[in-house]
Amino acid sequence: MATLEAHAPHAAQPRGTRSIIWDYMTTVDHKKIGILYFLTSLFFLVVGGLEAILIRIQLMRPGNEFVSAEVYNQLFTMHGTTMVFLMGMPIAVAFFNYIVPLQIGARDVAFPRLNALSYWIFLFGGIFINASFLIGAAPNGGWFGYANLTSEQFSPGLNIDFWVLGLQALGAASIMGGVNFVTTIINLRAPGMRLMRMPLFTWMAFITSFLIITALPVFAVALFLVTFDRFWGTVFFQVSAGGDPVLWQHLFWMFGHPEVYILILPAFGIISEVIPTFSRKPLFGYAVMVYSAALIALIGWGAWAHHMFATGLGPIADAFFTVSTMIIAIPTGVKIFNWIATMWGGKIRFTTAMLFAVGAVALFTVGGVSGVMHATSPHDLQQTDTYFVVAHFHYVLIGGTVMGVFAGIFYWFPKVTGRFMNETLGKWFFWLYFVGMNLTFFPMHFAGLLGMPRRIFTYAPELNLATINFVTSLGAFLQVPAVLLLVYNLWISVRRGAPAGTNPWNAATLEWATASPPAEHNFNTTPVVHSREPLWVEPAQVEEAARGPMEHIHLPPPSYWPILTAAGVVATMALFMTNLWWAPLIGLAWTMIGAINWAFEPTH
Amino acid sequence: MRAPLAAARASAVLLLAACAGEYPQTTFAPVTDFGVLINEVFATTLWWTMGILVVVLSMILVAVIRFRETPDSPEPKQVHGNVKIEIAWTIVPAIIVVMILVPTVSAIFETQRRPSEDALTIEVIGHQWWWEFRYPEYDLVTANLAYMPTGREIHLQMHSADVIHSFWVPRLGGKRDVNPRPRQAEGEAQHSTHLLFTISEPGRYAGQCAEFCGDSHAIMRIEVEAVAPDAFEAWVADMKAPPREPLPLEGDTAAAPAPAPGALPAPTGTGQRVSAGRPDSLIFEGRRVFSSSTCVACHTIEGVSSGPLGPNLTLFGRRLTVGAGALPNTLENVEAWIRDPVAVKPGAQMPGAERPWGAFPATGLSDAEIRAVAAYLTSLK
Repeated sequence: MATLEAHAPHAAQPRGTRSIIWDYMTTVDHKKIGILYFLTSLFFLVVGGLEAILIRIQLMRPGNEFVSAEVYNQLFTMHGTTMVFLMGMPIAVAFFNYIVPLQIGARDVAFPRLNALSYWIFLFGGIFINASFLIGAAPNGGWFGYANLTSEQFSPGLNIDFWVLGLQALGAASIMGGVNFVTTIINLRAPGMRLMRMPLFTWMAFITSFLIITALPVFAVALFLVTFDRFWGTVFFQVSAGGDPVLWQHLFWMFGHPEVYILILPAFGIISEVIPTFSRKPLFGYAVMVYSAALIALIGWGAWAHHMFATGLGPIADAFFTVSTMIIAIPTGVKIFNWIATMWGGKIRFTTAMLFAVGAVALFTVGGVSGVMHATSPHDLQQTDTYFVVAHFHYVLIGGTVMGVFAGIFYWFPKVTGRFMNETLGKWFFWLYFVGMNLTFFPMHFAGLLGMPRRIFTYAPELNLATINFVTSLGAFLQVPAVLLLVYNLWISVRRGAPAGTNPWNAATLEWATASPPAEHNFNTTPVVHSREPLWVEPAQVEEAARGPMEHIHLPPPSYWPILTAAGVVATMALFMTNLWWAPLIGLAWTMIGAINWAFEPTH
Repeated sequence: MRAPLAAARASAVLLLAACAGEYPQTTFAPVTDFGVLINEVFATTLWWTMGILVVVLSMILVAVIRFRETPDSPEPKQVHGNVKIEIAWTIVPAIIVVMILVPTVSAIFETQRRPSEDALTIEVIGHQWWWEFRYPEYDLVTANLAYMPTGREIHLQMHSADVIHSFWVPRLGGKRDVNPRPRQAEGEAQHSTHLLFTISEPGRYAGQCAEFCGDSHAIMRIEVEAVAPDAFEAWVADMKAPPREPLPLEGDTAAAPAPAPGALPAPTGTGQRVSAGRPDSLIFEGRRVFSSSTCVACHTIEGVSSGPLGPNLTLFGRRLTVGAGALPNTLENVEAWIRDPVAVKPGAQMPGAERPWGAFPATGLSDAEIRAVAAYLTSLK
């Protein structure tokens, strides 16, 4: 039996860098995996941001020749791909990993080794896609890779191969993660934590995971079709054989629209934790917040073709998707009103986390409003594929998701490290980022409506868009020191931040009952909850469970099979590119060896 | 409710129309029924959503200012919700959504109606990275610059020869994707996408491809010359007029030395297609080189050649740009283009003087020959 006692000597050893690395490579602890997810996503945030900066240098003035068309097309493709698949999704998963088991009073996720596998596939897949830069053949078909531009005929290089194979691996990792969290949340909640007592963040993780499980497979199928076309000569998207490229658009957006909610709902969850905590009031309209998110996710499945109003689907399809899209505005609006109502009559403390949460609500509203403008489909014909759309989704995904995530970083950092982040630096970071973000994306609305299509590596001077683009670029440059401030703040706060204690914000949810940082086993005994705000309603009882006398605890031992299996999965993808029929079989065999050893590995 | 909205719309239109001159691709100054209608729908949405935005942002501001923590602020009342308020702020947005939806859905059907009987159908064919325009009614083909008559319904019937493009000339209204046609079983109708509009003002309107379509997506621009019906008929006549033979100068044969730059004759505006000016040996030489080189394998000039692959060059001299927006249409730029298209436009699918493209060998034209061809092409007005 691997018991806590058995682990104790191991934990007490002096820990060199090597042993820390080995510990993280073999860990199955949801908290360590969460930290790995977080650091990796942060790294890719910087990579994707750097790509954005190069894009903005190129567009700073008309006819600029800073990068070639070829390089530019790779840059914007990888910027989108990185920010969605290597930053936006995994950074949410980082929070799911660290926070959800703590919020529901669990020891770990339901499948700890699967969790590790998800992470390692994500890491290797991300490295694999970006390795394409080393041979000058990064993906160049746009992040939504419209067929038939991605066919062998029109994209003969390795660029699109990297994209389809890499995303296939990343998608698989996401689906495994989704399954893991749905199972965890259904099965591992503490006694008394009925579904309608779950913290809002856990609810959002739950709904997001359902979306991941249902939407990512659609994308996987679409990617398979392109992969088959490119490698084995099938003709799914080849027009001369009767294939219809518009099919790709349907499949992609059938995934792509739920994907938007996969990216935003976790941030909604974070905001719904931060605002009540710093307003000293419970969330206003908890039940409606849950239902509205579920409704958004559900209707989100019937709105995909609003990305395709210009495709030419005909008036009936356009009308249907116009109506379904507009309907989503209603539950979304309700969420915004409920957040404001939560603050109303409260006692608001403006920590950096709260600034980011309120900023996220405001900026998300700006993005939501331009979303309704897109939904006005006749005029979307002027907006779509222009910088107006670029402005819209950056307000949603940076204003909403990224700002929400920043709120989450400042909010949970004391729990993860036992130390506060520096609030002075934090506030500088907030204002710098807030100004930079708006300076970047607000002018884009006008660039779009004044005739600037997206994805153009150059534009003619007579379009008179130079000033707008110059201002936009300045805004983008302003975000650089902001993000550097965040990284610096994380770096010094881990080492020298003020000690935080278990519940520094006087928050209500279960993760704040246990030590900061939490012990490997999270809670000394499983807490029993009787309310939505256990630490406000019944603090003595849950704190006793979390930090009182310890029960006999079994934790799964570390395992190196997840990382080896993940390497096999990504190697299979990489070996496909050799175009030798037997090469992927090596990777497949490697994966099988990993999986079999994993299956027979003793866990007791 | 209607009156303030209408006033707001009117002022918006005034404000925005002022921008048209400065911004050739503005969406705010439409010159078609289609563009005007969708802007009206947009105005409805715009004012409603701006109203909501102002309300929400003000509520946030009031909340954060009024309820920020002070040393003497009391412990807040623990409110969990309020069913009445929550129902209210569900129903009010729902009503606003309906207010937006009614004109929106009606405009969807209005803009995608069937074309009328006497509409002028223009077939638009997207290519990497240029536009082909066919006028079946007049049996005409042109490229990159499309003439359209004002006052007559225009029906664009569009498809692509390669990947997905999108036809967008903002002042003519919204964009529409230009999709490749999947091969159909025999007897089945071919897919096209459509745009329908009537232009009310003559003028030259700029646009460009709006769906990412590969290397030179940014350089796939469109010019539309909207002219009065009689001027349109004159253009048709120009297009169909047999090329006038430029006469060699006295005692001069094909091998005349190239004259100094600037020798290009000014057009007389008589509507003749070839070198409307004085017969000129450089232009004559250019035509000879064009006809006897590989140019004719791809390019059509009505009455001169019939290459089916590249842009039709009839009346090329009237276009503002060479290479679908790559460079302004001047003698020097056309020379640069013929010498090495890929250097001017990434991925351009045309061989240069020394650089082959695909299965096409380099043209091998000398600088003098290139100059002559450029002079000839720019003279085609």
